[in-house]
Amino acid sequence: MTDLSKNIQELRKKKEVLKKGGGDAAIEKQIAMGKLTARDRILSLVDKDSFQEFDMFVKHDGRDFGLDKKDFPGDGVITGTGTIYGAPVCIYAQDFTVAGGSLGLQHARKITKIMDHALKMKCPVIGINDSGGARIQEGVGALAGYGEIFYRNTIASGVIPQISLILGPCAGGAVYSPALTDFVFVVENISKMFITGPNVIKTVLGEDVSMEELGGARVHAEITGNAHFYAKSEQECFGQIKELISLIPANNSAKPIIVEKKNPATNLNIEDVVPSDPKQPYDVRDVIKCIADDSKFLEVQELWAANIVIGFGRIGGETVGFVANQAMVLAGVLDCDSADKAARFIRFCDSFNIPIITLEDMPGYLPGIDQEHAGVIRHGAKVLYAYSEATVPKITIILRKAYGGGYIAMNSRHLGADFVFAWPSAEIAVMGPEGAANIIFRKEIEEAEDKNAMREEKVKEYIEKFANPYVAASKGFIDSVIEPKETRALLLHALKLSILKEEYRPKKKHGLPPF
Amino acid sequence: METKKIEYVDFVVTARKYKTTLTKKYLDRKPWQPVQPGDVNSHLPGTIVEIMVKEGDHVEKGQLLCIHEAMKMLNRIVAPFAGIVTQVNVKIGDKIAKNHLMMKIEAR
Repeated sequence: MTDLSKNIQELRKKKEVLKKGGGDAAIEKQIAMGKLTARDRILSLVDKDSFQEFDMFVKHDGRDFGLDKKDFPGDGVITGTGTIYGAPVCIYAQDFTVAGGSLGLQHARKITKIMDHALKMKCPVIGINDSGGARIQEGVGALAGYGEIFYRNTIASGVIPQISLILGPCAGGAVYSPALTDFVFVVENISKMFITGPNVIKTVLGEDVSMEELGGARVHAEITGNAHFYAKSEQECFGQIKELISLIPANNSAKPIIVEKKNPATNLNIEDVVPSDPKQPYDVRDVIKCIADDSKFLEVQELWAANIVIGFGRIGGETVGFVANQAMVLAGVLDCDSADKAARFIRFCDSFNIPIITLEDMPGYLPGIDQEHAGVIRHGAKVLYAYSEATVPKITIILRKAYGGGYIAMNSRHLGADFVFAWPSAEIAVMGPEGAANIIFRKEIEEAEDKNAMREEKVKEYIEKFANPYVAASKGFIDSVIEPKETRALLLHALKLSILKEEYRPKKKHGLPPF
Repeated sequence: METKKIEYVDFVVTARKYKTTLTKKYLDRKPWQPVQPGDVNSHLPGTIVEIMVKEGDHVEKGQLLCIHEAMKMLNRIVAPFAGIVTQVNVKIGDKIAKNHLMMKIEAR
């Protein structure tokens, strides 16, 4: 008995020391940088008393450059399991207070072990990145560690949700783990992400750039599109993650949890949200508010490629993914970035059994030399690929414009949509009336005495004939023309009808999406 | 709820003018410039370590113009065709960005 209690005392002492990470001074420094410690981050994310740590006693095996004389508690990373709203998750957090959170082979092996565990348990894995990068003294062992993480990110992709938080520096090769995961969260003034840092840029180019300007949270949320969620504080970031976890399933063979149905909470009138003049802008998120349960919408990549809106909400208690053209930004066109953004989101929804609702109002692809040269063809093709490939319930509501290639791309019947409804304000045509009239009636316009009057007349003629949903409806390309007020009821119906949907694709190793 | 006043601008897509907003990225896009065949541009950021020609020199196609050290590699920059060097915009030790116009050659 006395021996055992002595052992227990010893264990407690060991744990107490290890839980301190890099020690009081390093923790103070971490807090002074406006950051929480790795342990506090995990404890803030998971349910109270649910965290069970793995591998606290792991030691590094570095032998060179004096590493053999150094002790790194937990080898600079905390790993373990816990629950969020009762749902199991695997989690790891790099500990910047221990050797700058640098990644050596054992550090990496702790991460890969928890990733393997998540893949077996079929639950989401959450990674908190806060690291100076590879532990140079360990040499190629550190590189091996990164590679083994990237491999698992790829293998787990589409099987379990993978979430990355950038809560400190994440530089060089380290950035590729977050880039391979499904959702990347960044926090203002804290997140820093880049391949080559300001020092290298200064040496090579002589250009001065701060870490924030080069790869701060705002840069990745707004310019690069690397980040999916942007928060002002770590606490706000944790709130976003919990909300996301509540909306998505644990793995690709599960469905998201269905909660109690709630009516939309907004006072907006759906008939007033979308102006009848197709040239006038509005916020398509107001339409989402009118149809989503409790008018709640968790927007993904809000600041990047804002000409398309993506995100999660619930209809009748069931999680759905919204993809919506945003008329108030770049008229809602598809371009390279918005195509990438929509395509990846559609593929996430398809992987994880989340029905996709498409709200369409778009004039076409963004014209421009820069777009053509940036490869709008191969980027735009991703949207076609993603929609065609998806086998989850796919529902489209055409609000106003559905022109040309955009009409096809935005989950048309032809790409396998299950339900396509159009509002009476819909215009389904090969292009905008002005453009179409210029081509079809070129001769008449050129030969007319008053060219402008003739052009106007022909545009009017075209609008009357084709700028409506009835031509497409007459061919059966849309299932019904509906009143805006009926939209939510029809979505509820369509989702209910789709609950047993099964659709098969030819067996293949994998497809070749144009990325 | 506070509502921000949004300023909409005209934006033309296939002959139709829409009221909308423009993104920073769209506004910041670089105007396209046609490629000039005699322009010798850098393909990578790096440093000029050696220059073999001066303005007014006649060069043969493939003749070495300068050495541009980039990505730990000594890159040999050669003349795209025979002609006269009309401009040398770099000197030894210059750190240059990608797509920097290093020299101009005029076909002769």
